[in-house]
Amino acid sequence: MKYFAEKLDIAVIGAGHAGIEAALAAARLGCKTIIFAINLDSVGNMPCNPSIGGTSKGHLVREIDALGGEMGIAADKNTLQTRMLNTGKGPAVHSLRAQIDRRGYCAYMKNVIENQQNLQLKQAEIVSLTRDEDGLWHLLTRLEAEYTAKCVILATGTFLGGRIFVGDISYDSGPDGMFPATELAQSLKNLGVQLRRFKTGTPPRLNRNSIDFSVMEPQYGDEHKVPFSFGFDGEIVNSEACYVTYTNDRTKQIILDNLHRSPLYGGKIDGVGPRYCPSIEDKIVRFAEKERHQLFVEPCGADTQEMYLQGLSSSLPEDVQLEFLHTIPGLEKAQVMRTAYAIEYDCVDPLSLRSSLEFRDFDGLYGAGQFNGSSGYEEAAAQGLVAGINAARKIKGKEPVILDRAGSYIGTLIDDLVTKGCTDPYRMMTSRSEYRLLLRQDNADRRLTPLGREIGLISDERWESFNKKLELIEQEAERVRKVVIHPSDKLNEMLVSRETSALNIGVRMIELLRRPQVSYADLAEFDTERPDLPYEVFEQVEISIKYEGYLKRQEAQVAEMRRLEVRKLPEDIDYSKIVGLRLEAIEKLNKVRPENIGQASRISGVSPADISVLLIRLQGE
Amino acid sequence: MKNSSTVAAVSTPVAAGGIGVIRISGSEAIDIAAKVFRPGGKKNINEMKGYTAAHGTVYDGDKAIDEAVLLVFRAPHSYTGEDVAEISCHGGVYVVGRVLRAILNAGAQPAAPGEFTKRAFLNGKLDLTKAEAVMSLISAQGEQSAGAAMSALEGALSSKILAAAQTLITDSAYLAAWVDYPDDEIEEISTEKLLADYTEVLSQLENLLSNYDAGRAVTQGVDTVIAGKPNVGKSTLMNYLAGFKRSIVTDIAGTTRDVVEDTVRLGNVVLHLADTAGIRETGNEVEKIGVDFAVGRVERASLVLAVFDLSREFDDEDKAVIELCKNKCAVAIINKDDLDPKFDKTQLDCFRHQVIISAKDGTGADKLAHAVEEALGTDSIDTSAALLANERQRQCCEKAAECLREAIEALRMNITLDAVTVSTEGAITELLTMTGEKANEAVVNEVFSRFCVGK
Repeated sequence: MKYFAEKLDIAVIGAGHAGIEAALAAARLGCKTIIFAINLDSVGNMPCNPSIGGTSKGHLVREIDALGGEMGIAADKNTLQTRMLNTGKGPAVHSLRAQIDRRGYCAYMKNVIENQQNLQLKQAEIVSLTRDEDGLWHLLTRLEAEYTAKCVILATGTFLGGRIFVGDISYDSGPDGMFPATELAQSLKNLGVQLRRFKTGTPPRLNRNSIDFSVMEPQYGDEHKVPFSFGFDGEIVNSEACYVTYTNDRTKQIILDNLHRSPLYGGKIDGVGPRYCPSIEDKIVRFAEKERHQLFVEPCGADTQEMYLQGLSSSLPEDVQLEFLHTIPGLEKAQVMRTAYAIEYDCVDPLSLRSSLEFRDFDGLYGAGQFNGSSGYEEAAAQGLVAGINAARKIKGKEPVILDRAGSYIGTLIDDLVTKGCTDPYRMMTSRSEYRLLLRQDNADRRLTPLGREIGLISDERWESFNKKLELIEQEAERVRKVVIHPSDKLNEMLVSRETSALNIGVRMIELLRRPQVSYADLAEFDTERPDLPYEVFEQVEISIKYEGYLKRQEAQVAEMRRLEVRKLPEDIDYSKIVGLRLEAIEKLNKVRPENIGQASRISGVSPADISVLLIRLQGE
Repeated sequence: MKNSSTVAAVSTPVAAGGIGVIRISGSEAIDIAAKVFRPGGKKNINEMKGYTAAHGTVYDGDKAIDEAVLLVFRAPHSYTGEDVAEISCHGGVYVVGRVLRAILNAGAQPAAPGEFTKRAFLNGKLDLTKAEAVMSLISAQGEQSAGAAMSALEGALSSKILAAAQTLITDSAYLAAWVDYPDDEIEEISTEKLLADYTEVLSQLENLLSNYDAGRAVTQGVDTVIAGKPNVGKSTLMNYLAGFKRSIVTDIAGTTRDVVEDTVRLGNVVLHLADTAGIRETGNEVEKIGVDFAVGRVERASLVLAVFDLSREFDDEDKAVIELCKNKCAVAIINKDDLDPKFDKTQLDCFRHQVIISAKDGTGADKLAHAVEEALGTDSIDTSAALLANERQRQCCEKAAECLREAIEALRMNITLDAVTVSTEGAITELLTMTGEKANEAVVNEVFSRFCVGK
């Protein structure tokens, strides 16, 4: 029998990466919050891959941290191996990635939640979500407990209507052997939320003892270890290696021979899969000319023999998986502990959301993570943080925090989702940000910590150390502008070896640093009075000098973009009544309902001429 | 949508022509017309129906300016969809200008560039295609519609631009995959290959741009200044070109003190001509103003016709004129071929284009036309080649070229590729403006269609 359990400010459905950040932010901002998980042993689970970060995702983690989120510290405390990717390709694309101890990560997150003031963690499946005439949300659990909340954040991941496919076998299931949420989807449909099906998948997990690593190439972590969190002061140890191996002709042949047994090619899966993380059968069909595909064997945890096989996601039948797996060098005798699978789930078209991640048509209802059509732990956490902050602000009667494209990858991610929508699960990429020279992972704190402080998620301690860092950067930048480096045989020898011209007279250090060939480290022995400062301080000074012209140009582009961003469009405009808009533009504008001219200009199908029409119309009013 | 103000402007080209039309549009258009226009007979203008005309006289206050015809259009059946009065008067810059001034004095606001079209469009009087074309022009250069011949070429043009963009998108996608998928086996693209591609695309764009400038000379005209020391025959040349006397022609040096405007066709180009005061040191205050003005005009003009007198010795004043033409597109015209030659022509070797004429007798006109075409590059213009159809497209190409130059420079300076690609993507965005596609989307789509990446 239904009973009334509790009245809350905010309820978060789902305790994955999105739900965790949402709930922590809401509780930390003083709202009475509850977070529901179907299984409390899977809080912050990583059912897809055992790493956090990577290209552009590393940026997201640092931004989450700079705003006061939890993911960065959780990753730092559970790192098995860390690498800065893309060094040598320019600072804008440096990205941090860490292999994570999966169980350790879950335990850490669960503990943080348990000890968070204002926050309750509850194992329950939500089966119904309704709204009463006062606008209050009612949540009903499988065990018929009723909760009410002013705001609800949907962070259901792949649990919502989850269905697993392996060959011709399929069954309702959440990820990693969890129960799915089967009834909530129908309840959302009853509300009028339009859902659609997306698909993703994961490769097999193998027992380490059954793998022959001697034929594989090991890959170790970096010597210079950089944490995700700007506030992390512990030590990171590279305790594990990853290994590289390749598929071959025989692997390919087995897959091609069994393609008819794939649910994807057999037409059983309706969900749209991500373009960027295709299954092995997908790769072999679409890139038939490629002779071999690279695979990475990665550790899943510190106290387990499970190894993850990156690059071999599949939904072929188990017997076929085993057959082609055993063709791969080093995996001839591999024991599969968890079979690869594809999973289909319900999610929403993000065009129905505002930039605050609140539903346009449902007051107080927010979406975050895979539910919004994205993929990836980092993308999910970023949205969770924003949804949590904005739900809390709504309750406190404050304006939502909108991050824009010019200020962060988080803003870019959300803007892409709510403006362009997505036709397959959305993954962050550095190439998605037009302002990427400004939005580097190294300066995430400088970009966002002041905002995090204003929101109320940055502790006094963190704020103080941030300001101290700023001060040091400023002092060092000033010093570099003043200090003169004098020519010497040794200096000129170094300069010539870097293929840049020697000095005849002394120059200010800043002049030498402007040369692309000369680094801060190169000048160490000639810069005799260099203070003993943390690497992060030198790095900021060096980048701002080396890329000064480019950064200024991007700043000018940002100013231009923000000029359009402040031209607000009323939310209730009926675009079909505006004379002069092209039909396609009318359709798109009515669907997206952009918040300002800048957002309108980024909608595909809205031409510059349509924007002129809107501008003239605004001017006319 | 109703606009509160009533606006007026000359809506025929400001040129020596048969008639000039001044258009007044807005709720008070007919009232204002009634204040300046007095019809013959007993017609009451305020009672005129749409699509009717009246013959009469235009007055500025009590002073009659010109005999004219008034056409009345009633909303919504007019170009702008508002009440419109059009006064057709005798052409010529001066008369048309006086009539417009009278109308403005009677209470109309001067129309902003593109204002009539904007109103037409806001009132639903323009179809979508036309609106698109016109809207783009409004911000760029005022109310001129791209010629029909030009729009026919637009298809050829966009395919050229898109081909150029595609080269850049392919390279950027490669770099994006290389950066975003460091674990996948994607080889680094060489600086040489990037430089070669960027340089090739840049030269295609520069080609389009130079074609545009020549094309513009053909279809839209070139700001041209006639310059020279006093009494070399500038006004005679102007009148000769214009086909009738416009400037006051006398033998006293310094007669022409205003800059006189006219539009003429010479060979295959249209010249917007300005006759200027003779350039010389002068003690006369009024003349000095004219000389300063002339110097300023020369600096702004796209073409200078520098006139020299064959019948007089080369002197310092000629030298000053040559100096003024430095770095300008200029044609040296040695006038007065009908008199005894005393001029040292070798002094003009710095002019790539020279011609000897007699403006008074009208000889050498063909040579002059050819020299002007040569100087503007219109002699060799290939009208079937892709031409940039309007100012916005030109701006996009120009900006794209600028971005590419930055990218090339960055590559040469060994700046890391993350900075280079930002410039390249800037170029792609500009080139894709016409299709409305965005560079980052185009690049991301290309990555997924070309590369086998991901777990």
